[in-house]
Amino acid sequence: MSAPVSMTVNGRKVTANVEPRTLLVQYLRDQLGLTGTHVGCDTSQCGACLVHVDGKSVKSCTMLVAQAEGAEILTIEGLSSGELHPMQAAFKEHHGLQCGFCTPGMVMSAVDLVKQNPAPTEHDIRDWLEGNICRCTGYHNIVKAVEAGAKAMGGSHAG
Amino acid sequence: MPDDAPAALSNGGGIGASVRRKEDFRFLTGQGHFTDDLNRPGQTHAYLLRSPHAHARLDAIDTTRALAAPGVVAIFTGADLAAAGVGGLPCGWLITDKHGKPMVEPPHPVLAQGKVRHVGDPVAVVIAESRDEAQDAAELIDVSYGVLPAAVEATDAIKPGAAQLFDEAPANTCYEWEIGDKSAVDAAFAKAKLVAKLDLINNRLVANPMEPRAAIGEYDTGSGDYTLYTTSQNPHVIRLLMGAFVLHLPEHKLRVVAPDVGGGFGSKIYHYAEEAIVTWASAKVKRPVKWTSDRSEAFISDAQGRDHASHAELAMDENGKFLALRVDTVANMGAYLSTFAPAIPTILYATLLAGTYTTPAIHVAVRAVFTNTVPVDAYRGAGRPEATYLLERLVDVAARVAKLDPAEIRRRNFIPTDAYPYQTPVALQYDSGDYFKTLEMALKTADRDGFEARRADAATRGKLRGMGIATYIEACGIAPSAVAGALGARAGLYETAEVRVHPTGSVTLFTGTHSHGQGHETTMAQLVASGLGVSVDQVEVVHGDTSKIPFGMGTYGSRSLAVGGSAVMKAIDKVVAKGRKIAAHLLEAAEADVEFSDGTFRVSGTDRSKSFAEIAFTAYVPHNYPIDTVEPGLDETAFYDPKNFTYPSGAHVAEIEIDRETGVVEIVKFTAADDFGRIINPMIVEGQVHGGLAQGIGQALYESAIYDKDGQLLTGSFMDYCMPRAANLPMFDVATNVTLCTHNPLGVKGCGEAGAIGAPAAIMNAVADALSPLGDIRVDMPATAAKLWHIIQSHPATHIPAQAAE
Ligand code: FES
Ligand code: FES
Repeated sequence: MSAPVSMTVNGRKVTANVEPRTLLVQYLRDQLGLTGTHVGCDTSQCGACLVHVDGKSVKSCTMLVAQAEGAEILTIEGLSSGELHPMQAAFKEHHGLQCGFCTPGMVMSAVDLVKQNPAPTEHDIRDWLEGNICRCTGYHNIVKAVEAGAKAMGGSHAG
Repeated sequence: MPDDAPAALSNGGGIGASVRRKEDFRFLTGQGHFTDDLNRPGQTHAYLLRSPHAHARLDAIDTTRALAAPGVVAIFTGADLAAAGVGGLPCGWLITDKHGKPMVEPPHPVLAQGKVRHVGDPVAVVIAESRDEAQDAAELIDVSYGVLPAAVEATDAIKPGAAQLFDEAPANTCYEWEIGDKSAVDAAFAKAKLVAKLDLINNRLVANPMEPRAAIGEYDTGSGDYTLYTTSQNPHVIRLLMGAFVLHLPEHKLRVVAPDVGGGFGSKIYHYAEEAIVTWASAKVKRPVKWTSDRSEAFISDAQGRDHASHAELAMDENGKFLALRVDTVANMGAYLSTFAPAIPTILYATLLAGTYTTPAIHVAVRAVFTNTVPVDAYRGAGRPEATYLLERLVDVAARVAKLDPAEIRRRNFIPTDAYPYQTPVALQYDSGDYFKTLEMALKTADRDGFEARRADAATRGKLRGMGIATYIEACGIAPSAVAGALGARAGLYETAEVRVHPTGSVTLFTGTHSHGQGHETTMAQLVASGLGVSVDQVEVVHGDTSKIPFGMGTYGSRSLAVGGSAVMKAIDKVVAKGRKIAAHLLEAAEADVEFSDGTFRVSGTDRSKSFAEIAFTAYVPHNYPIDTVEPGLDETAFYDPKNFTYPSGAHVAEIEIDRETGVVEIVKFTAADDFGRIINPMIVEGQVHGGLAQGIGQALYESAIYDKDGQLLTGSFMDYCMPRAANLPMFDVATNVTLCTHNPLGVKGCGEAGAIGAPAAIMNAVADALSPLGDIRVDMPATAAKLWHIIQSHPATHIPAQAAE
């Protein structure tokens, strides 16, 4: 059995006692009950599991819990409290989600994009979202939402 | 507005407004409740051992080592289920063949018995304390397989000498079926001046909703009640099929819950083995049993879509007027009959082959074939994309044969706007439409007139540019029960709604449809809001739980609004009618003098009125009440059975460029002009069109389920099966024209499948047009870069007229 691993998840200090093979996404979902982070594939392609690790987007199905020692993890549940984050609000306003399954990963990915590129073009957005698959929206409204979310974040929020 | 539209509609209210979705907050904040998010106290985990072979005798299964593995609670095989009297998975549609005989309907055991018939066929289930332990133990099960040759392609499976899946299905044939007047068609061909011919494949697809399937079975040892949580588009249908046919449980002891469901696209309609396994096993182990599919598992266990091989011929006079259509289709059913599979290449395909045209004689022959592949059933559009793809590619061939512009040959053959109701030669009667208008809208938005200049310009950049048109008709709003029954459906296809008005005037709507992305919680709330004059925020929509909703047939076939919404309108009418009685009493007026609009009951021609909330309160606090004639309470249920199918239609135009160096297709512009009848929420409708287009484009350019000759799925993960990414798709230009459905109270037709129906033909006609400088080249979907690159390489560049300009 592995040694305990400590990290911060959505601002809360946690210690994991899990089997060495446990993936970060399994820990978040099964142990911490943070089921907003989803699993859509087993080949690291869909991005439904995307969270921020030390401020950068990471597919939590590609990372073992053991690798998260000391890390700061942010999941969709921690992105906002009460009011929607500007990126979440933009997804709602522009109908950037249908079934909502890809949505947490999309939003977390988009927030990271805007941190790195505050005014992304349509091309930048489509390029960036290469690792996030949505089967419902055809991406049209996701692109519009990310454009609007980027503008809103520039105005009010550091992300 | 149709004649029987309720007066309640006239107040406008929420109808026609792009109300932002009520369901979004929970999804955006990670608070949705998808099945895999649920965990039940004391839960165990199931892992299914699946066949690695496409076709094999199932000899001994030895579970001794696996049973001793850590954490294992139980292991069951097909023999255990058979001993317990568990039934096979039922098929919901019986097709009668061209000789009047019922289709061949072999048993579909929940866990394989005697033989396995596709890679992924479940052989045993391990139930353990954790999923990892269940999976680890499954690897210790020893199964002896006697591997057999496989039949994979449907066109090969019917040849002499092919491997046989079932003794009762000679030549692997499920049925041979036909529709239409063959002699009239033959006669028309005999006198035709021009004939267009085409062979084509409609490629097999994997639906791939982003949420993999999952199921939790739970048994209450005290009451004997079962609960199944499952990723379903139609929980009542699952309760019916699993309860009545598989586990022999009465409805009142079986609750089926489909909570938030992450997309379906047809693949979550069917009753699957895993649902029965976890439900049955939960009583055996007396603990909840949870199963969640991996994506790789989904590729070999979710029903797949399409997979037709067809030959088609169109007879024309010298002016390009269609005289007759002849179609021969071989449809792959896969290894077993999935719930609605037999209906897809017949009732939902052949009947659509009149399309938007006046073709007077049509004959379609369909042969459905078993193969050693995953079962095939409805996938977004279900039969209608296959019909549209075949017809619209054939019409483009016809345009070349008749030397007519593709738009012109379509206009010459469109059903005239004054011809409705229009009876086609293949059973359907279209109630309304205007195909000229949608085509004109699409061509204008697509700037058809400027296309040749853009093509010439692209040639100077080394690009082959093409434009493709497709028009379509679909039969939605499934379905009039009597018609469906006559065609073989084993269930009714009406819908239900319960409108429960609470004492303070807020409303809960219970609908038998199910939302898994379509936004019912908003659209249906808009119906109630506008019908009762309350705000959208005061309406809660409940769906997906058989213990709460009276009944329902679920969501597929673009039926939710046309059928489910109509049931809502009927229930609203009943609420208003009762409210009028209560208001008449309070206002001391004759009931006939009380009118209702904008949430107010008013005595005509006076200022005496009562608000809807006052009436609701009075219904529950009946102190001053017509108690002798009116029951207390304000809670009404309606069942609605549609009078006909609805017929959405439209025209899609694709403009693409193929890079001559790489073969890569870029979609420069995609225009969709659709007619969905009345639109309740334009924002949601546009989103539905976008999503459908993405799947249609995916089929045309990227996606294909490819099996090798041994029946191994080569495209079994997102690494190999190309799902469209954001960078593969353009912004879409969408527009709508409105001709109202004439036979439902809302005038709505349905919008969920249109994009997937029109897009493949539009894209592939554009590809053929782009390749036209190289010759008359036939390309099957998907038109991948590799395929196009080879075509371009094999045609000498000197044949390309534009080459001179470089
Ligand atoms: S679940 Fe992590 S990329 Fe799909
Ligand atoms: S909203 Fe359903 S997968 Fe993106």
